[in-house]
Amino acid sequence: MGSLAFESQTLSSETMAIDREEDIVHVRKRARMLAQARGFDAFACAALTTAASELARNVWVHGGGGQATLEELSDGNRFGIRMVFRDQGPGIADLERALQGGYSTARSLGLGLSGTRRLVEDFAIDTRPGEGTRVTITKWTRF
Amino acid sequence: MSRKGPIPILRVGNVLLTTIHIDLQDTIAAAFQEDVLTEIEKTGAHGIVVDISGLDEVDTHVARILAETGAMARLMGTRAVLVGMRPEVAATLVRMGYAMGAIETALDVDDGLRLLGGRPKG
Repeated sequence: MGSLAFESQTLSSETMAIDREEDIVHVRKRARMLAQARGFDAFACAALTTAASELARNVWVHGGGGQATLEELSDGNRFGIRMVFRDQGPGIADLERALQGGYSTARSLGLGLSGTRRLVEDFAIDTRPGEGTRVTITKWTRF
Repeated sequence: MSRKGPIPILRVGNVLLTTIHIDLQDTIAAAFQEDVLTEIEKTGAHGIVVDISGLDEVDTHVARILAETGAMARLMGTRAVLVGMRPEVAATLVRMGYAMGAIETALDVDDGLRLLGGRPKG
């Protein structure tokens, strides 16, 4: 599905801190603003902003805070939003299980991660025990 | 009225009606749940309608709070009905695997009140 990604151009990039619970809302609102401005429909907007909420909350609850980077992309035909969520928390011990859903440490990492994966076109996760977690997602406008 | 949180809870006949119009962050969510339960006890309401038509996004955190609130009300003997979920919100939650089967739902406030017998038909 991400076969066009290598041709894509980054139009903008901004990084936001996730240090407090309110920052989850800031990240989500910014994601919605970018998606709406780039012509994402209501369903795609809800999917993207919900994914942003889930991942930002994971950073705050499980990672002890971190950053979100929001990027606008274009592949010449359509626009995309890429979001990267990083924390320096404990990492996810059993990633396979976490991605299957139903896995829960503090609250509901399971549904958040496995559910988020179903909302976007591209999903990548890099987690190291004791070092932290980085989740990258991309969603494109539809035609 | 001694509400702890910023979300108003109104009495309509013998049911309660509340509209969630702000982000349910942890402290607000806890206050909201306590306010709902306190109002149920105070009014003896036999049902509560929770309107989320103002929310353009419901993540699993908020969904869990809503389902929990319904379960808490039910333990007290009060039916809770979630109403006004937007199409894109419903689609997103189900795609994520969160179907909210634990709480009763209705299309809008009118239907919710009717379901609970708080408003006559027509």
